Amino acid sequence: MSLNSLWEYANPRKFIETTDKVLPWVSVLAVLALVGGLVWGFFFTPADYRQGATVKIIYIHVPSALMAINIWLMMLVTSLVWIIRRHHVSALAARAAAPVGMVMTLIALITGAIWGQPMWGTWWAWDPRLTSFLILFLFYIGYIALWSAIEDDDTAADLTSILCLVGSVFALLSRYAVNFWSQGLHQGASLSMDKEEHVADVFYYPLLLSIAGFVLLFISLVLLRTRTEIRARRMRVLLARTRMG
Amino acid sequence: MRALLLRDMRLAMRAGGGFGLGLSFFLIVVVLVPFGVGPQSALLGKIAPGILWLGALLACLLSLDRIFALDWEDGSLDLLATAPLPMEAIVSVKALAHWLTTGLPLVLAAPLFGLLLSLPEAGYKPLILSLILGTPALSVIGTFGAALTVSLKRGGLLLSLLVLPLYVPTLIFGAEMARRGIAGVDSTTPMLMLAGITCGTIALLPFASAQVLRANLR
Repeated sequence: MSLNSLWEYANPRKFIETTDKVLPWVSVLAVLALVGGLVWGFFFTPADYRQGATVKIIYIHVPSALMAINIWLMMLVTSLVWIIRRHHVSALAARAAAPVGMVMTLIALITGAIWGQPMWGTWWAWDPRLTSFLILFLFYIGYIALWSAIEDDDTAADLTSILCLVGSVFALLSRYAVNFWSQGLHQGASLSMDKEEHVADVFYYPLLLSIAGFVLLFISLVLLRTRTEIRARRMRVLLARTRMG
Repeated sequence: MRALLLRDMRLAMRAGGGFGLGLSFFLIVVVLVPFGVGPQSALLGKIAPGILWLGALLACLLSLDRIFALDWEDGSLDLLATAPLPMEAIVSVKALAHWLTTGLPLVLAAPLFGLLLSLPEAGYKPLILSLILGTPALSVIGTFGAALTVSLKRGGLLLSLLVLPLYVPTLIFGAEMARRGIAGVDSTTPMLMLAGITCGTIALLPFASAQVLRANLR
């Protein structure tokens, strides 16, 4: 199998054939990385000297927050591909990713609240990061609601992809507006290229492993959901055809 | 373009839709707030700019689905689409008509309603200025939302779900500008940001709205 171009996978049949081979591997790896990262993080790292055992929620909180933003970015890219090249698989992948992204945002918000209660003494504060995540959550809800409200598949793909583009601009704007509007309580980045800034190595490696787990989990979920979507669409066409004949 | 603008405004005023309804809704919100939070004028004066901004935003939202819904139902939107006027111009004119029939009356009524909420004297000028700067953005963003949901039978709820998150930056900078004006702090930054958002949306969003309308009309 020679890989001539990425666009080959825009063919739904080719996509299904390839993912048939890839999907089992990705899902197994996702489970391994997730279990490995979480078990390592939960049981084999020391408690933080100031935060105690509550620091362990970082292994869920940070990866899910990371994914929440990156999934929106992935939806932005697939929406652009749909608008420019009109590959159906791309639109379906964006549709498949949205609920996963919404759940990731929700997980980040909830784990953050659970951690914030003992640490900051409050479940919720109108902190810029927290607020922008809440706004991101609203964007996901609107996007999903628009997909499910419109019957015609192509129109729905068009409208949601434009909504995703416009929404991205406004999400960025909101991020800066919120920064301007309130002072932060949230600590700085847990991960960054700058070695000085991120968390200590003991926490860092299990964290990387669980992030890898979340990424793989996301990939397998999106592949699975896209395949389901393609097959559901094929089935609808077949049903329509038999009814006609 | 002028004919379309005049027609839209005439329709809006005669149908008893946007014009009176938005204002009355704004009034009701302003009247209800003191019932909810208590009549102390110190507290009311403190939250007045936020309440007035929220009221204007919600009143604006209320009349959004009228922008395209009637034209969609009786088919005049299809006629407009085949007219020599580009879709972007139609969308912009529609947004302008919406602003003139909803946004502008809200701006004019705001000082009166500020009185009801015992808005501090220093607050009138920045509040009105922020509303003048911000409400066009509300209309343009709302037109985009209305274009997204035009083909849906009962799109009203979905429309608010889609549009409200897009209103966040405008609301933040608008209310912040009014608040800073009252506190006597320099409010140049929020004012510039607000003006930037309005200019940016007026310049760019009609293209997105037109694209969306074309997809809906296909």
